Amino acid sequence: MATMLKVNDINVFYGAIHAVKGVSFEVNEGEVVTLIGANGAGKTTILNTVAGLLHTRTGTIDFNNIHLGHFPAHKILPLGLALVPEGRQIFQQMTVEENLEMGAYTRPKNEISDSLEDIFNRFPRLKERRKQIAGTLSGGEQQMVAMGRAMMSKPKLLMLDEPSMGLAPILVDQIFDIIQELHAAGTTILLVEQNAQMALSVADRGYVLETGKIVATGTGHELLEDEAVKKAYLGG
Amino acid sequence: MTFLSHLITGLSLGSIYAIIALGYTMVYGIAKMLNFAHGDVIMVGAYVCFFAVTGFALPPLVGILLAIILCTILGVVIERLAYKPLRQAASLTVLITAIGVSYFLQNGAQILWSASPKSFPTNFFNIGESKGITLFDGGLTISYVAIVTILLCLVIMAALTFFTGKTKMGKAMRACSENKAASQLMGINVNSTISMTFAIGSALAAVAGVLMCSAYPTLMPTTGALPGIKAFTAAVFGGIGSIPGAFIGGILLGLIETFTKAYITTNLSDAVVFAVLIIVLLVKPAGLLGKYVPEKV
Ligand SMILES: Nc1ncnc2c1ncn2[C@@H]1O[C@H](COP(=O)(O)OP(=O)(O)OP(=O)(O)O)[C@@H](O)[C@H]1O
Ligand SMILES: [Mg+2]
Repeated sequence: MATMLKVNDINVFYGAIHAVKGVSFEVNEGEVVTLIGANGAGKTTILNTVAGLLHTRTGTIDFNNIHLGHFPAHKILPLGLALVPEGRQIFQQMTVEENLEMGAYTRPKNEISDSLEDIFNRFPRLKERRKQIAGTLSGGEQQMVAMGRAMMSKPKLLMLDEPSMGLAPILVDQIFDIIQELHAAGTTILLVEQNAQMALSVADRGYVLETGKIVATGTGHELLEDEAVKKAYLGG
Repeated sequence: MTFLSHLITGLSLGSIYAIIALGYTMVYGIAKMLNFAHGDVIMVGAYVCFFAVTGFALPPLVGILLAIILCTILGVVIERLAYKPLRQAASLTVLITAIGVSYFLQNGAQILWSASPKSFPTNFFNIGESKGITLFDGGLTISYVAIVTILLCLVIMAALTFFTGKTKMGKAMRACSENKAASQLMGINVNSTISMTFAIGSALAAVAGVLMCSAYPTLMPTTGALPGIKAFTAAVFGGIGSIPGAFIGGILLGLIETFTKAYITTNLSDAVVFAVLIIVLLVKPAGLLGKYVPEKV
């Protein structure tokens, strides 16, 4: 398995706040990898850094052997690395279809309509509402837009930051089904979740993050069985 | 008959405000800043056209094109040098900088072109010797400047609506104005989108400068200041950030100002305009077409 994403000893700061402290991890081609950890552990900071919205002070990030250095965020997506950000961040005042089109911003125009059909097949709900202003959708529908929008770029690696946040259990199941389908279709996935139980059960491997440091790692199964992890994140 | 004539004057003045207000509102929408130097770009555009035509004897159309090109460059350069370094700064800092740029342009114009007023040519839009169409046996004259101004304003409005609604670049602009981080995640270059917006706004300012000076020919370094403030008012009136809002705000402002001057008072026309603005904002805090969005913290 080739290493797709290699994060090596990164340190990320917000001014004086040292949010990510010497974190290293990797994601191999075809894997689902999850980062779990309590609120404020630094999960979002790590994903935003990989996506180029934040920059490391020290350490390196390589994606498919390209050294990301301090690439600006808009140059990251075309490499095949998409992020579904925390809190969805869809374009509230644009229509569903326009949101999806924005996801394909860097792709040639003639490929867009096929991809759009793919997304609509996966989320029939969005097809019915393609002309609706995205801000008026329900939370679950908005999450679908956020995921569909990221998928429109045909990423090699899809990073998802708490896709189940604020959703009813039935929608959470649906989101996880989609993650598994995408994985089956060959997309590599880096998943951040509060819902550690769900995340570890779909993940090949996981990393446990505590106050900016990785404190445990293993296969999804191993971490599910780990006493310390159980105690801290799985409610028993 | 005089009513009709005031109506046309009001519409054409309003069209000038609208064209300026469109630039204000687009820049505000994307950069979330009030570019107080926008009015002075109008003045620069008018001077460029003035010297091209009177100094270098170029045809008016070439003068207008030169004004558009130079103002576009000026707008982009202002953004790069003065505003871009302040992207993360407090909005008050940016506001003060914009006021500074405004004075910089006015003083620069004074040094380059002196403070003494120039008389802008008023014959650009004449057809032969005729300045306008005369109707009702001479009861009503509609100047060609007024006709061109109103038509051009409609064309610009339609073009911008098409641009932001249908084109890839225009949609990217809307995306950036809503959420810059998410736009970057889509692969949109936010900096070049902002530059693009300044370029469009400044090109429109150049057009407005030429139209305005063709109708009101006194050109001096402060010529852009008051129309700039009024266009800003128009943009707020219509709902800052909204393109149709700037259009409607501009037209209404022109009409209110003209009718106040004609039927109520000349001296207080500006005061009446602002009184109307205050009333509108009391009733609709986000302006006529604006959406009230609580400021994000
Ligand atoms: N913009 C910011 N400015 C200053 N500190 C920040 C900022 N964003 C995050 N932090 C701090 O960095 C740390 C890591 O935050 P981060 O958002 O990455 O956590 P997280 O693991 O994603 O948490 P959650 O599960 O709540 O989303 C926290 O201590 C947080 O307070
Ligand atoms: Mg987070």
